[in-house]
Amino acid sequence: MNIKQMAKALEELDSTAREGFDFDYQIIPGDEEVLQISLLGREEIPVYLTKTDTQLLCISYLWDESEIKAESRTQMIEMMLDMNIPMPLSSFSRIGDKYAVFGALSLDSSAKDIAHEVVILSNNAIDAIEVMSDFLK
Amino acid sequence: MSLLKKIFTAVRGGAREAGESIVDANAIRILDQEVKDAETHIAKAKQDLTTVMAKEMQSNREIERLTKQIKEYEGYAIEALNKGDEALAVEIAEKISTIEPDLAMQEETKVSFSAHAKRLKDLVKKTERQLNEHKRQLTMVKTTDSVQKATAAISDNFTNSNSKMMSASESLQRIKQKQKNFDDKLHAAEILDSENSDTSLDTRMKQAGIGGNISSANSVLDRLKAKKGA
Repeated sequence: MNIKQMAKALEELDSTAREGFDFDYQIIPGDEEVLQISLLGREEIPVYLTKTDTQLLCISYLWDESEIKAESRTQMIEMMLDMNIPMPLSSFSRIGDKYAVFGALSLDSSAKDIAHEVVILSNNAIDAIEVMSDFLK
Repeated sequence: MSLLKKIFTAVRGGAREAGESIVDANAIRILDQEVKDAETHIAKAKQDLTTVMAKEMQSNREIERLTKQIKEYEGYAIEALNKGDEALAVEIAEKISTIEPDLAMQEETKVSFSAHAKRLKDLVKKTERQLNEHKRQLTMVKTTDSVQKATAAISDNFTNSNSKMMSASESLQRIKQKQKNFDDKLHAAEILDSENSDTSLDTRMKQAGIGGNISSANSVLDRLKAKKGA
C-alpha cells in the first residue's frame, strides 16, 4: 500500500475500527510522502504517517526545544525515559529540535492495525502534553 | 566507527541547514552496494557449495563401490585358500592391492571435499550474518533520512500554508476546549431530551385524567356552586 491507498483503506473502515473518531486526511508532498491524519476535535495535534523501506512510522510532534522551561529540561527527558515502556505502543523521540511520540508498524499491517495505532498515538500525545505541561513554558 | 555512532554524532552536531540531510547520499549508496555485494557472495558460495557437495556424494559412492569390491575379492581369496589354490589366492590378493590405493585416494578426496563444503557453509553463514548487519544499518540510515525528510516536508507545509505551528500547551487547551464544548452540547441535548419527555408524560397523564390540578370548566363550576350554596 502506498500512502494514498492507505488513506483510502482507512476511510473505508467502519467507525468502530477508528474507535469512534472521524479522520481527515491530507497528503503532504515532499522528498518523503507523508499522510497527515487529523482526528476530528484534535486537529491541532495530527498524526503523520510515513512509509520507509522497512516499516510504517506514525509520528505526532509534541513541542520543540524553545517551548521547554530550561530548568526542567533534564527532568522532562527523564520522565520521557520512564514513561517509554509503560506508554502503550508508542515511544518518545526527538527529530531535530522537535520532540515527538511515534509508533512503528510492519509494512504488511492492515488498515485496522494502522487505525488502532493512530488513535492510540493521538491519545498518548495528548496525555504526554498534559502530563508534561509543567515542564513547558 | 559503527554506523549507529556516526548517526549519533551527526544528530548531536545540532543545528543543520534546512533540507540538508543528516545522512549523506554517498553513505547510503556505499551501504546499498555492500548489501548487493554480500548477496552476490552468498549466491556464489551457495553455488560452489552445491558443486562441492555433489562431488562429495560422488566420492562417497565410489568409496562404497571400492569397499564392496575389496570385500568381494577378499571373499574369493579366502575361498581359493580354502580350496588349497595358493596361486589363485595370490593373484586375487594382487587384484585387491591394486584397488586399495584407489580407495585410499577416494577417501582422501572425500575428506578434502567435506572440509571444503564445511568452509563454504561457514562462509555462507558468515556472509548471511554480514548481509543482515548491513541491511540493519541501511535501515537505520534510511529511516533516519526518511524521518528527517518527512519532518522537513511537514514544516514546509506549515510555512507554505502561512499557519503558525501552535505550541503544545495552546494545542492542548484548544483540544480540551473543543472537547468541553462537545460535552456541553451533549449535556444540553440530554437536558432538552429529558424536558421533552417530561412534557409528553404530563400530556399523557392529563389525557388519562391522572395527576392533580386537572381543571376543567365543569370542576370550576362545581366549585363556584359550592361557594354560592355555603
